[in-house]
Formats: sequence, C-alpha cells, structure tokens
Amino acid sequence: MSRSQAPAVIYRHTWLDTVAAWLLALLWILPLAYAFWTAFHPSDYAIRFDLSAPWTLQNFRKAWDAAPFARYFLNTTLLVALILAAQLLLSTLAAFAFARYQFRGKNIAFALVLVQLMIMPDILLVENYQTMARLGLVDTLFAIGLPYFASAFAIFLLRQTFMGIPKELDEAARVEGASTLQILWRVYVPLARPVYTAFALVSVSFHWNNFLWPLIITNSVESRPLTVGLQVFSSVEQGVDWSTITAATLMTSAPLLIGFILFQRQFVQSFMRAGIK
Amino acid sequence: MSASSSSIAGSGQRSIHAWLLLLPALVLLVAFTHWPAVATLIDSFYSTPKGTRAAVWVGVENYQVMAEDPVFWQAVRNNLWFAAATIPASIGLALLMAVWVNERIAGRTFVRMAYFTPTVLPMIAVANIWLFFYTPQYGLLEQVTGALGLPSHNWLGSPSTALGAITLVAVWKEAGFFMIFYLAALQTLNPSLKEAAAIEGASRWYFFRRVQWPLLMPTTLFVLVNAVINAFRLVDHVFILTRGGPDNATTLLLYHLYEVGFKFWDTAYAAAITVVLVVVLSSVALFQFFVLDKKVHYQ
Amino acid sequence: MQRNMFLKTLAASAAAMLSLGAGLAHAADPLEVPFYYPVAVGGPITKVIDGYASDFNKAHPQYKITPIYAGTYQETIVKALTANKSGKAPATSVLLSTDMFTLIDEDAIVPIDDFAKTDADKAWLKGFYPAFMANSQTGGKTWGVPFQRSTVVMYYNKNAFKEAGLDPNKAPATWKELSEAAKKLTKKDASGNVTQYGIQIPSTGFAYWMLQTLTTPNDVLLANEAGTKVTFDNPKVIEALDYWVNLTKEGVHPKGVIEWGTTPKDFLEKKAAIIVTTTGNLTNIKANAKFDFGVGQIAGNVRKGGSPTGGGNFYIFKKAPKEQQQAAFEFAKWVTAPERAAQWSMDSGYVAVSPAAYDTPILKKYGQDFPQALVARDQLPVSVAEFSTHDNQRVTKVLNDAVQAALNGTKTSAQAMKDAQKEADRILRSYQ
Repeated sequence: MSRSQAPAVIYRHTWLDTVAAWLLALLWILPLAYAFWTAFHPSDYAIRFDLSAPWTLQNFRKAWDAAPFARYFLNTTLLVALILAAQLLLSTLAAFAFARYQFRGKNIAFALVLVQLMIMPDILLVENYQTMARLGLVDTLFAIGLPYFASAFAIFLLRQTFMGIPKELDEAARVEGASTLQILWRVYVPLARPVYTAFALVSVSFHWNNFLWPLIITNSVESRPLTVGLQVFSSVEQGVDWSTITAATLMTSAPLLIGFILFQRQFVQSFMRAGIK
Repeated sequence: MSASSSSIAGSGQRSIHAWLLLLPALVLLVAFTHWPAVATLIDSFYSTPKGTRAAVWVGVENYQVMAEDPVFWQAVRNNLWFAAATIPASIGLALLMAVWVNERIAGRTFVRMAYFTPTVLPMIAVANIWLFFYTPQYGLLEQVTGALGLPSHNWLGSPSTALGAITLVAVWKEAGFFMIFYLAALQTLNPSLKEAAAIEGASRWYFFRRVQWPLLMPTTLFVLVNAVINAFRLVDHVFILTRGGPDNATTLLLYHLYEVGFKFWDTAYAAAITVVLVVVLSSVALFQFFVLDKKVHYQ
Repeated sequence: MQRNMFLKTLAASAAAMLSLGAGLAHAADPLEVPFYYPVAVGGPITKVIDGYASDFNKAHPQYKITPIYAGTYQETIVKALTANKSGKAPATSVLLSTDMFTLIDEDAIVPIDDFAKTDADKAWLKGFYPAFMANSQTGGKTWGVPFQRSTVVMYYNKNAFKEAGLDPNKAPATWKELSEAAKKLTKKDASGNVTQYGIQIPSTGFAYWMLQTLTTPNDVLLANEAGTKVTFDNPKVIEALDYWVNLTKEGVHPKGVIEWGTTPKDFLEKKAAIIVTTTGNLTNIKANAKFDFGVGQIAGNVRKGGSPTGGGNFYIFKKAPKEQQQAAFEFAKWVTAPERAAQWSMDSGYVAVSPAAYDTPILKKYGQDFPQALVARDQLPVSVAEFSTHDNQRVTKVLNDAVQAALNGTKTSAQAMKDAQKEADRILRSYQ
C-alpha cells in the first residue's frame, strides 16, 4: 500500500459539522458579546439593539467611580501572585521529596495530599473561617491565600514530571558536587518549565476568579478582591443598571480575557499539558 | 553504584531531608484540609455557641434536625439534579467541541476561542450577564422567544425552570474547560489508527465508538471527577441569579451551607451539612480510586 | 555543608513568605473609627457618605470616621457579625432596623441610652418619628439610631393612567380601586401577550416587606413587639396574601416570583404601570423616567393605608474600644441632626428621620418643588414596624419562601402560611 494512495484526509468533517460548530460558537460567545454591547453604549440602548447607537465610555467611568476598583485590582493581583509564588515553592519541594526519596510513611503522606484534590478548602468554609479568626488573620489577603498555598494538584503534576527526569542527570550533577537543593534548582526545575507554565496559568485563572472563600473571609475594601467587589457592587437594591454592571464586569474580566486572546495558543497548550497524565 | 550505597548509608538523613521538604506543604494541607474536616465532624456534635452561651454536647441532634429539614432535602435533591444535568451535558459538549476543533474546520481559532472564553471569565461576573438574559419581558431570551411568537416566561422566577436556568449557566461555563483536556487527548491519538479503520471500511461513528471513545477513557475519567467536584463546588452564580430561590428551587448544598453558617450563624448545623458534603465527595474519590482507576488504564 | 545550605534556604524562603504575607495584612490604625454601611439605593451614595465622614472628621479632628462600604443590608450584617466574631468589630454600622434582636442575641451591641447622658442628647433621641423608633427599641432601651429609613410607596406612570382613562393625579387608595386600575392599565399585544402589566409587586429579597404592605391595610400585624411570636396563619394574613395571588391570576400582575432589582427598570421601561417598592428608589426613578410619574401611599383596605417602615439604623458595637464607641455616638448624633438629615433625604431618597428635618428651609423648598418626596413621610402616622423577630434572618426566610410558594402556585396561600407558622414557631421556641 503506497502512501501516496492513502486518502489525504480521512473522515473529513462535513459542511454540517462546520455550520454546527459555528452555531454553537456563536451561542457560546453571545453573553460576552452582549456584555460588550451594553458596556459601550448608553443605558438607553441596553435592551435595544439599534446599530446606529452611539458608542461611549461613560459606563466605564461610572463603574470606576462607583466602587474602588483600582484597589480591588491591586488586591487581586497581589493575591494571585502571592498564591502562585507559595504554591510553586511548596509544591516543588514536596514533589521532589515524593519523586526522589524513599522514606517511611511516604504512601500515607501522598494519600493525604491526594485528599485535597477532592476535598477543597472551599467546602470546609466554616471551620477554616474559625481557624483564621483564631489566628487573627480575618480580613487579610494572606488569609484568602493561605488555605491554597499547598496545592495537591501542583504536587501531583510536578511529581509526575520529576519522576520522568532521568536519574543520570542527578548523578552527573552530584558528581560535580552539587547539593540537593542545587540539583533541584539547576536540573529539575528548568526541565519542568512547561509544567510550571501550565500550572501557573491554571492557578492564576482559578484564583483570579475565586469568589466564595474570599467573600466570607474579607470585610473591607483593603483586602477585597475583584470578584467580591463586583458582587458587592452589583447587588445594589435599587434597580440594576445593566450598562454599569456590564462595564464593571468587563473591567474585572479584562486582564484574563486580554491575556487569553493574545496568548491563545500558549494558554490552550498549557491547559492541555496540565491535563496530560 | 554510588547512588545505592549512599542511599543505604545515609537513609536516615535522607528520610529527614524528605520530611523537611514535605513539611511546609503538609503542614498547610493538614491545617486547612484534614484538620478542618475532622474538626467539622466534631463540631457537628455540639450546639452552636451564641453570644455568651458556649457550645454544649448534643450528640446527633443536628443530624436529626437535618433529617427533618425540608430545605436540606430540597438542597440535596437540587444538587443531585444539578449534577445529573451538568455532568453529562458538559462532558458531552466538551467532547463534541474537541472533535470539531481538532478537525481543521474553517475559522477554527475563533471557534476554539469562543468555546474556551467562558472558562477565563469569573463566574460572578458572567452571572450578571445571564441575569439580564433571563429577565422577563425585555431580557435577551425573552426578546428572542417574543420574536418567535412564544409567550413570555419568568425563567428564574418559576420553580420549574429556575434550576434548569442555572444549570445552563454552569454547563456554558464548564464545557470549554473540559474541551481542552479532550483536545489534548485527541492529539495524542495515533493517526495510523484512523488510516487502519478507514481501510477496513469502518464508518465514522463506528470509529468513534470502538476506537476513539475507549482510548479517551482516561481523559473522560479525569474530566468526570472534575465535573463531579464542580457540581458541588460551583455556586457563585446562585448568589447573583436567584439567591437560592424561588422558594429554595435553586438552593444547592454549598449555598445552603453558606446561608446556614454565615447568614443564620448556626455554625453547628452548618458543620453537619459540611460533613454530608465531605462524605459525598469522599465517596466519589474512593469510587474513582478503587473502582474506576483499576479498570481504565491500558498501559 | 549541604545541610546548612539546605536549611538556610528553607528558612529564608519561609521568612520571605511570611513577611510578604504580613506586609499585605490589613493594619489597623488606632485613630480610626471603622463604620460599615450598606448602599441600598442607587446614586453616588458612597461619595455622599464619604463626604459626611470627612466633614465630621474636620469638625472633630480627634476622630477619623472610616466608612467601609459593605454591600447590601444582608451582606453588611454578615460582615459586621463576622468581624464581631473574629474580634475585630467595627465601631458602628448601619444595619437593618430589624436586625436589632439578632444583634442583641449575639451580644454585639450596646444601648444608645448609655451614651445619651446630657439633656440635649436626650432631647435629640426623643426627636425621631415614633414610627421609626418602633423597630429601634425593646425592653425599655433604645438600641438603634434611625438613619436611612423608608416606607414603601406606589410609583405610578401618569401617562399610562391618562391613556387608561384614569385620573393621573390620584393614586388608587383602596384595594378595590387598585384592582380596577390594574385591569384598565394592563395592555396586551396582538397575539395576546402582555406588554404592560397593571401592577407589579416584587417578591425576591423582601417578599415579607411587600406582604406587610398588604397585611397592614388588612389590620393585622405579623409579629409581636418582643419579637418572640408570629401570626402567619391569621385568616387576615392569608386574605392579604390571596389578594396578591389573585392579582397574578387575573393577569394584571406578572406571574411567578418577581426580581426586586429589576422592578424599577421594569417601571422605567413601561413594562408595569404601577410598582410597589421602597421610597429609596425615588431619586433613581426621578432621574431616569422619561414620563410623568406619581407617588402614592399604599392602598388601604380595612384600615386606611399602612406601609411598614424600613431601612437602617446606626448600631454601636460592644466589642469596639470605648473611645471608638463614643466617637460613633457623636457621629450618629451629628449626621442625624436636622440639617444633615434633610440633606441626606434629598441625596438618597430616604425619609428624613425627624420632624425637625422637614422644618428646615431646604427640605421645605424641596417638598414644594417635588411633592412626590413627601408621600413617604405622610404615610408615617399610619405606618407600622417592619417585621422583626429573634433569629430574624431565619424566620424572615421562612416567610419569604412561603410568599414565593404561594405566588408560584406550588402551595395555596393558606397552606403556605400554615407551614410557615409551624416552622417559625419551632425556630422561636427557645426565645419564648
């Protein structure tokens, strides 16, 4: 069977596929499209889709003035950075221990780690809140992040990755007189870079968008992240002004959205890598 | 040679090293996952401290109250329906999307972006947009149904459609996320399988059912576990869309937990509800670990 | 050698993390007086409150009132109690007047009488409208200072009235008139779908409050003054709920549970000709209505009119340091003084809390230019306390659920109220 005779494209998609895929895509993007429409047009046009309607930035100005979004942005950025830094540090150390060491109780420790994959700190709201109260950390950024610093997901991924790194590299570095941590830093970490990137994107997305735990643990503007700020802002008991709320919504989603659109391929590939087992 | 001798000689030291490396992560995990789980169980056997009254041992009273609480059972029912609807729908759609995006259809980048965008948006933000969609009379959905001549409907305000409405929002948010995992898996499938099947004259559906689907099983399993966890974790949109109403039609377990624990301040009862949630999620974890994992892996 | 490096690195990174975290922690300034407040009405209220705080701080340089915007009333009490339980209570917070019992049970607040020592203070405390004090006093003590109080009113579209042949200057004053007006005001399009409902009463968020606008004219109260007993299954209550349900059955009121937040917009979009909602929406509707609108008192039935009051009081928190409590008291006194109460009423749409405020020149003029603003106040003589009991959030939820069940048709009004009574009795048993 010569290769040139094999059909060039097997099981080619039909035009039906394309149409259906596009229809679904349009439906899927509709909410965001609507948000764009409402945010950039005056509130009279929030429910009237008149194509000749004037464009305006007024809603963004109103939203920005109505709540301290600048502070919320700062809080969220710091929070996400803090969590990521802690997660990378802690999980690298732990994953290295699991990947390269044999010790008593290793399996039990690993099982304990796996538990967090299913039982996330979000579920244990009530008790974790009381822990924070006892530590005197309520209403701080640190308190929002602390339960997430140890990430079972990261440990899992990195352990997998580290186990796949050839032991010869270890030994070669050791022969040169490197200490354990130096080996970790110079050999393992660089080789696991794609996984770090993948995990970083997952972590940033997740924690940028996290809502329930931050809602409970924060009270004041100084520690409130964007998601909580947005909910507080949009639950005014007077009539909801769609234009202002969608403007605020776009503002809060903008960093991730813009980042995603610009780096779509990397984003997708990172998520894919994170899932490959 | 050098590795084994040093590991035997220095195994005690290496053990300590290992535990030191592990310690920070493990301490935090225990502090915020394991210990709270146990503490919650213990708390559920006490009453709620109120003002100056301390907590007292009440045995299983909180569970008895729970068993007689119609709102709790409503929350359980709602969550089971919610899970039963979101899990197959989001996984099925994710697979479909992945298959489409994997093929080189026109405008593939846009389509992929459209499917994945909901994942990067905060749920609390998009819930506001969906609130507009569902608004009676002039919401977007109403405008569409009105144009088609269908009668107006209060989607979020009637118990028969409210749960379905929030389910749709959850599926919309999740399908794109799961799509990525399927996409990754599809791209690792050996292309020669396709050729072989085509040569054998298999239909596309047959190829999918007998070749692709079984090979995608590990991914499906991974996605399934995520979907189950999310079915119990995803309540952000309830805060904006319905706040649990109408008449508890959209109260999910975690939302009920929040209400009891942080609106009514009944922390002991909230602990009991937490225990139920933990038991449910643990059962799923055990099921995955012992039953499904063994059956699924090929290599 | 290796081990030292190892341990040093570990220690260093741990220290770095801790200091990063601590540096981001919320630091408390001893001069500050934290003040939580909700915003329940639209407009640049945060700016207004910030303005009051800074004016007060200028006049009293030893204090620094720090307003902290906390969301809705429900979110604000969650945050205030959360802070209280974790030992970081605010000095003061504006919370629903109905939260009084909950706050007392949580041992979170101190009576205002403890601070009102001079004759001038005592006179000030007596100067508020009695209707507002009803939710602020219990057990012979005053626990809250009225600040942003409201009553429920009917907003009606004067143009729609004219079109329907009704007198645009007369709001329906009885249930009979209301039903008839609603019928005339309901408009349908060619295919029989309703384009404008005659009347709309929202049922999310504050269903119990809306129910009170029907039970009060029916001459029945829902709870006793001590907040320990409820009367949901009283036939007059069931009758009031039935009136509401029948409006939906007759097609003059939208079906199902109606969202509180979108009701003003529904009015502005002419989807409902009459809406029943808080006077706090007045400024928003005034700013955005593209038609002539009127404000009417709640329609009467057995009893003339009768809205419940609503809104928030200042509470002073027990766990705050004594100096902060004193500062909070001064602030509450300052901001409810007649001139400021008058200004606040105009800025927000709330009812000014004392008769003296209405005697100030600015509010007199405002009332002349814009008489709709006075309707809420004119209702005060026939107004009753807002529904409030111990374990208020829970009991209120039971009542809200029952109202929603009746409006959805999943239960009859009688059944819904009976079930609610049973449940409420169970919750309140330990307080009796």
